[in-house]
Amino acid sequence: MDALATYALRLGDDSLILGQRLGEWCGHAPALEVDLSLANVALDQIGQATHFLNLAGALEGEGRDGDKLAFHRDVMDFTNCVLVEQPNGDFAQTIARLFLFAHYQELLFTALTASKDTQLAAIAAKAVKETAYHATLASDWVVRLGDGTEESRARMIAGLDWMWRFVDELFVTDEVDAAALKAGVGVDKAALRAAWDQRVDAVLAEATLPRPAARRPVLGGRSGRHSEHLGHLLSEMQFLQRAYPGATW
Amino acid sequence: MYTTDLSGKVKGKAETAVAEDPALVAAFEARVANDEFIEPKDWMPEAYRKTLVRQMSQHAHSEIVGMLPEGNWITRAPNLRRKAILLAKVQDEAGHGLYLYSAAETLGTSRDEMTEALLSGKAKYSTIFNYPTLTWADIGAIGWLVDGAAIMNQVPLQRTSYGPYARAMVRICKEESFHQRQGYEIMMHLAAGTEAQRRMAQDALNRWWWPSLMMFGPPDDKSPNTEQSMRWRIKRDTNDELRQKFVDITVPQAEAIGLTVPDPALKWNEERGAYDFGEVDWEEFYAVVKGEGPVAKERMQARMKAWENGAWVRDAARVHAEKRAAAKLAAE
Ligand SMILES: [Fe+2]
Ligand SMILES: [Fe+2]
Ligand SMILES: [Fe+2]
Repeated sequence: MDALATYALRLGDDSLILGQRLGEWCGHAPALEVDLSLANVALDQIGQATHFLNLAGALEGEGRDGDKLAFHRDVMDFTNCVLVEQPNGDFAQTIARLFLFAHYQELLFTALTASKDTQLAAIAAKAVKETAYHATLASDWVVRLGDGTEESRARMIAGLDWMWRFVDELFVTDEVDAAALKAGVGVDKAALRAAWDQRVDAVLAEATLPRPAARRPVLGGRSGRHSEHLGHLLSEMQFLQRAYPGATW
Repeated sequence: MYTTDLSGKVKGKAETAVAEDPALVAAFEARVANDEFIEPKDWMPEAYRKTLVRQMSQHAHSEIVGMLPEGNWITRAPNLRRKAILLAKVQDEAGHGLYLYSAAETLGTSRDEMTEALLSGKAKYSTIFNYPTLTWADIGAIGWLVDGAAIMNQVPLQRTSYGPYARAMVRICKEESFHQRQGYEIMMHLAAGTEAQRRMAQDALNRWWWPSLMMFGPPDDKSPNTEQSMRWRIKRDTNDELRQKFVDITVPQAEAIGLTVPDPALKWNEERGAYDFGEVDWEEFYAVVKGEGPVAKERMQARMKAWENGAWVRDAARVHAEKRAAAKLAAE
């Protein structure tokens, strides 16, 4: 895959893996309203993944579509950030992951609407509205849980603590990002960091939560170096396609 | 669906604790007979209220428990399109549960009370969800047969006598027919697929056919509350009438995609203009109603776990809202 196809692939993988994780909640959420909103976010993410992965396949030009890419790659070829593949944990951990990621995704998609690639720009324009809602939803929960009971506060702190080491990866610029940026197609991710910090800090302050201490970042998702969790996620997600080769559904 | 009365006999008028004013009762009965909607603030007999709360909460619980067998396949849906459709479907069911709880709350029972009744085993939910989803074809079979049976049961309820219930039903029915078509489309695709897929589809039909017929409830001669519910326009067709209608519509759909309905007694009856079909295993039905369905324990355990693990979240939301309200008050 060339840089532009890989760029689209990464966007698709982020959405796909987060959507898959959120789908695990369905029917098991703390309240009916939460079930509805988590399913809603999952649905948006799967929709975005479909668009980005189909585009990645088309750009690659080897006959792979979104399904082929989603269901027929192994861990080392997945390019999502390590953050989105983290286990759901309790509700606070799920919210921590969505909170950190959705603010990044909203900033990213906002910038991506100016992409010279009209297809990327069009997908981003639709997705940015969705992801703005995800960021608001997650922020509201961070505030409720952070400034709720002793227990919810402790759980929210633990959830953020689990996820925090994966934040830096979101803003790393590697050769794929650099090439996409140079072509006027991609986004300067490093430049998003200040706005992200500002948003996240504002919500944490409202939630009366401390900002987690800086720590050694865990990187590598973009080049296929993942956590152990991804393999299990894929084995579940890809089961039917793997068990019945050649069948269509 | 899920509207079939699964409990014993309701207390009739004679058994209610407080005698009701015969003039009020007569006026109520006349309104209902006249097909008027009864609204939350209107006077209604206590037994009517109780029957409705029981039926509506049972329906709501069924929507919620019904998320589990299908939710079981969201993470394993075979492609992106099917995953999105299934997610949207299960999300719709959560929405149905929400409308129905809200409609039932207008009768003075809170959602928490209804949930407690479900978790304590006091309230029932549709027997169908106590069967497992073993293969992807079960997702097709559920949409086609279970949502199909639900529509059969629910379409008449759009004209049920209690206004909020009837209005909830109008919204719900639109979505259920969408679900039915999507389910059938899955089955059609599998039936036209590889040998393994065809086998999967037939196996799903074999397992879901009889439990789907059970969704209409016991036969009319063993359905104690039907008569009163029909008089009150809470119910508009009998169990057996609806079951027959379902068979008549569904059998040709199975034939159209080359699947075989697992009933050797099934036969078109020219004279009646309807299918004759075999006897449902009522012993199994009553056992499942009593909580002995194959995965009844798993379903209740999952609901219990969600409720208990979610308690701290609901507490936090409540405490946070109280803090906000107090702060707002202090600022004024
Ligand atoms: Fe229903
Ligand atoms: Fe429903
Ligand atoms: Fe449905």
